[in-house]
Amino acid sequence: MSFQQWLSMGGYGFYVWAAYGMTALLLAGEVLYLIQQRRARLRTLRRLARMNRSESR
Amino acid sequence: MKQGAHANQGVHVKLNLFRFASPAAFYPLAGRLIPWFWALALPSIAFALYWGFFHTPEILSEQKQYYRIIFPHVGAAWMSMWLYVVMVGWAAVGLVFNTRLSFMMASATAPTGALFTFLALWTGAFWGKTSWGTWWDWDPRMTSELILLFLYIGYMALQSAIDDTRRADRAAALLAIVGLICVPIIFWSINCPDPTQCAALHQRSSLEHVERNILVAMFVMAFGFWMYSFAVILMRLRNIILARERHASWVMQLPEVGR
Repeated sequence: MSFQQWLSMGGYGFYVWAAYGMTALLLAGEVLYLIQQRRARLRTLRRLARMNRSESR
Repeated sequence: MKQGAHANQGVHVKLNLFRFASPAAFYPLAGRLIPWFWALALPSIAFALYWGFFHTPEILSEQKQYYRIIFPHVGAAWMSMWLYVVMVGWAAVGLVFNTRLSFMMASATAPTGALFTFLALWTGAFWGKTSWGTWWDWDPRMTSELILLFLYIGYMALQSAIDDTRRADRAAALLAIVGLICVPIIFWSINCPDPTQCAALHQRSSLEHVERNILVAMFVMAFGFWMYSFAVILMRLRNIILARERHASWVMQLPEVGR
């Protein structure tokens, strides 16, 4: 069986890959979003820490 | 607080039990757990995909290759219900014991639950289009799953609509608990009282009748989704802790925040 044939999923390729594609997209997207959110929050906290230090000086 | 615990044995035991109920103690623990859950999730999902595409029959008796949508569909549907139960569990613990971390746990669970609910509906639509000839039908199971999505969204919306975090947590927790009625309805709703009338819609299914290899791929995929949920929910929990505890001195002393 060729790769093309396998991709076509017996003529139902569109349905199968649309279902799998959205699943992959959302799961990966959630992880990337959380990583980016963590970076942003740590950046804010670092700024806060710097401000606290300069105030206490 | 520590000295008091040593003075009284009973208090000491209780403090140990609730030790990880404090965000400061759970934050590093969650950080250590996350890689382990990824180590379980990624190979499971990869194995399920491999098995589901290469070790299951080409064509099932009536259903053609679109039946492979079953693997993410069933996993997502199970997680959508299970995560709702988990979310309500944490919300209830929060209401009873008034522990901040439980409420954070509940709100960390909601977006992932909503995501899986959406995926159950999305993958179901593509399966429905091929097997029933329709993207959507007001089948009791689909309708109650849609209501579940609205419950997740309602929980998140209510929580973000109230400025006072404590009040937001408690109000959203109540909403979540009331909505729990939806889960058994989804679980036991069976579309067709008479299977001869409408053979293809959601009906009572028995795992004994499912082909072995399909069961393997289905269960491993569901397990992978479950471990994925643990990893992602703990990641979100840590982000929530960072936001809510930003004024706490322990947060400022974290190595990732810097001296």
